[in-house]
Amino acid sequence: MRDTLSRSFRTLQIDTRLVGMIAALLIVWVVFDLLTDGRFLTPRNLFNLSVQTASVAVMATGMVFIIVTRHIDLSVGSLLGFIGMTIGWLQAQVLPDLLGIGHPAIWVITIFCGALIGASVGALQGYIVGYLAVPAFIVTLGGLLVWRGAAWWVTSGQTVAPLDSTFTLLGGGAEGTLGATWSWLLAAVCALAAVVLLFLSRKRKIDHGFAVKPLAADVVLAGLFAAVIFGFAAVMNAYAIPARAAARMFEARGETMPEGLILSHGIAIPVIIVLVVATVMTVIAKRTRFGRYVFATGGNPDAAELAGVDTKLLTVKVFALMGFLTAIAAVIASARLRSAANDLGTLDELRVIAAAVIGGTALSGGIGTIYGAILGAVVMQSLQSGMAMVGVDAPLQSIVVGVVLVLAVLADIIYRRKTGD
Amino acid sequence: MDTQTSHNGQTPLVEMEDIHIAFGGVKAVDGVDVDLYPGEVVGLLGHNGAGKSTLIKTLSGAYRRDSGSIRINGQEVTIENPRDARRHNIETIYQTLALADNLDAASNIFLGRELVSAGGFLDDDRMEAETRKIMGRLNPNFQKFAAPVKALSGGQRQSVAIARAIYFDARVLIMDEPTAALGPQETAQVGELIKQLKSEGIGIFLISHDIHDVFDLADRVSVMKNGQLVGSARTEDVTKDEVLGMIILGKCPPGATPGPGALDGDG
Repeated sequence: MRDTLSRSFRTLQIDTRLVGMIAALLIVWVVFDLLTDGRFLTPRNLFNLSVQTASVAVMATGMVFIIVTRHIDLSVGSLLGFIGMTIGWLQAQVLPDLLGIGHPAIWVITIFCGALIGASVGALQGYIVGYLAVPAFIVTLGGLLVWRGAAWWVTSGQTVAPLDSTFTLLGGGAEGTLGATWSWLLAAVCALAAVVLLFLSRKRKIDHGFAVKPLAADVVLAGLFAAVIFGFAAVMNAYAIPARAAARMFEARGETMPEGLILSHGIAIPVIIVLVVATVMTVIAKRTRFGRYVFATGGNPDAAELAGVDTKLLTVKVFALMGFLTAIAAVIASARLRSAANDLGTLDELRVIAAAVIGGTALSGGIGTIYGAILGAVVMQSLQSGMAMVGVDAPLQSIVVGVVLVLAVLADIIYRRKTGD
Repeated sequence: MDTQTSHNGQTPLVEMEDIHIAFGGVKAVDGVDVDLYPGEVVGLLGHNGAGKSTLIKTLSGAYRRDSGSIRINGQEVTIENPRDARRHNIETIYQTLALADNLDAASNIFLGRELVSAGGFLDDDRMEAETRKIMGRLNPNFQKFAAPVKALSGGQRQSVAIARAIYFDARVLIMDEPTAALGPQETAQVGELIKQLKSEGIGIFLISHDIHDVFDLADRVSVMKNGQLVGSARTEDVTKDEVLGMIILGKCPPGATPGPGALDGDG
C-alpha cells in the first residue's frame, strides 16, 4: 500500500516532502479546531492567520538563500525594528512637515527609503561576511544588538503613531483587503497563470523529447492548483466586515451604506505581497544565474569558485536581498499595528530561521525551497495562534514551539536518510 | 631546444616559463618551465607535494603565480582566476571533480556558463537536452539526469566532470589524477577518451603521482621534485624505471633534458 502510494507520487512527480508538510499543517489545523470547538478553522481566524504570517513569511524566503549559502542572519528582527522606526518617523514626523499631512507620495517615499536602508545594511553585513571573512553568525549577532539599539535611537524610544493612512492599508486591516470581487478576479488570474505555466512546461519537455507524466496527471494537478487558489479566495471572502466598520468605510468616502449590504474582507494586501515575493523569489531561485549560483555555492563553495562564481560578491548580494525583504516585512508589520515601536520584530529572527528550517532548508547548505519556508511560517504561526486560542500558558507555548522545531528538523533528517537525497 | 625541433617548429599551445609560487616562505613551485603542443599528452609527474598540482593550478586559474609567464599559442596571457582560464579554452578536471553535489548533471556541466533564454532566464530544458547529447557520447548508460550528482557512482560523477571540461571546445585539458577514484574498466574508458581527444588536436596535461597511470598515454613526461623540474623526456626515449628514478631520486637519465631540480653530478 505504502509502496504503491509512493510509486504513484513518483510517476506524478509530486514532491513527497511537500505533501508531508501540507499533511502536517492540516493535522495541526484539525487538532486545534477540535480543541477550540470549531473556532480555529473559521474564515475569520484563517484570515487573521494569513495576515499574521505575512511579515515572517516574507523574511523567511530571504533566509532560505542565506542558509542555503551556509550563512545565518540573526539581525533580521532588530533590523525590522530599526527600519520600522525609521519609516514610521519619516511618515509621521518628517514628511508631513515637508509635503503636508496625507500627501499621496508619503507612503511611496517612505517605503523606498525603508528598502534602501534594508538593502544597504544587508550589503554592509554581507561585505563583512564575504570580503572580510568574519563569520555571519558573529556579524549578524552584532547586528542584532546594533540595530535594536539604533531602533531606540530614532525617536529616543517613543512609539510613533499614527501612520500614513495609505501606508496602513499594506498591513491588511478591514480596509487593507481586496474585497470580494477583486479577490475572485485575482484568484482567477492566479489559477489561469498556474495552469498555463504547467502546460507550457509540459510542452517544452515534449519538444525536447523528454519523458513527461501522463496527461491525466497534469490535468489533475492543474485542477488541484485551481481548487486551492479558489478555495483560499472563497474562505477569505466568507469573512464579512462587521456592519459598523463597513458603515464607517462608506462614511469616510462620503457615502451611505446601502441597507442590508454585507461586505467581505477578501484577500488581505499583505498576503498579496507575500504572493508576489514568493513568486519572484522562486523565479530567482530556479530560473536565474544568481539563484543557481546561490545553490551551487551552498552545495560546494570551492566548485562554485572554480566554475567562475564570485562567491564574495554573491554573499553581499544574498545579504542585501535579505535586508531588502526585511524592509518589506517592516512595512507589513508596522502597517498592521498602525504604529512603530522600538520593540517591533523582537525575536523575529528566530521565527524566520525556524520557518525556513521547518520548511526543509538544511543548515549544512545547498538545500531549501521558497514554498517550504512559507509553509514553515504558516506552521509556526498556526501553532502560536492555536495555542493562544486554546489558552495554553505563554511559557508552555514556547516549550511546544521549541520542541516542534527540533522534531521537524529530525523528521527532515530521517526523511532525507530514507530517500537518499 | 630539441623538443622544439621534434615538433617541426610548431608553436606550442601552452608555454609556462620560470613559474614561481611560494606559500608563506615555502617555495611550492620554484622556477619551472613546461610546454604542451596541440594533440600532445604531457604527463606531469612527482610525489605528493612535489608542486605539480600547484604549478598546474596557475594555468587553470585556481592560484595566481608570483612570477613567470604563460603563453598560449605564443601570446602572453594573464590568468588570474578560473574565468580567465576558461576564456582561453583551458579546461580542468580536478582531482576532487569540483562538482556541486546538490545540483543535477546539467546544472554542474553548465555551471558558470548557463544557457539562457531570450529573457535572460535559465533554459534548463535546453541544458538537459545538451547534457543528454554529450553524456550519450561519453557514458551511454547514464540515465540519472534529474538526480543530484551526489546520487551518482564514482564513474558517473567522473563522466559529468569530463563532460563539463570538453563540452565547451577545450583546446587545453588539464586532468588532475583522473583515474585515482576509478575501477579498471572506467580507467580504460578514460584512456580511450584521452586518445580520442588527442586525435582531435586537444593538448592534455595529465597529472599523477603514479607513473603507471601516465606512461602509456603520455607523449612526454615532465617530472617535478621539491617544487623544481627534475627534467623532461619523450616517453620513447626513456624507460619506466628511469622515470621512476627521476621521481624518487631526482636523477636525470641520458634520454631526458635535465632541469634545475636534477641531481648534481648525474646525466
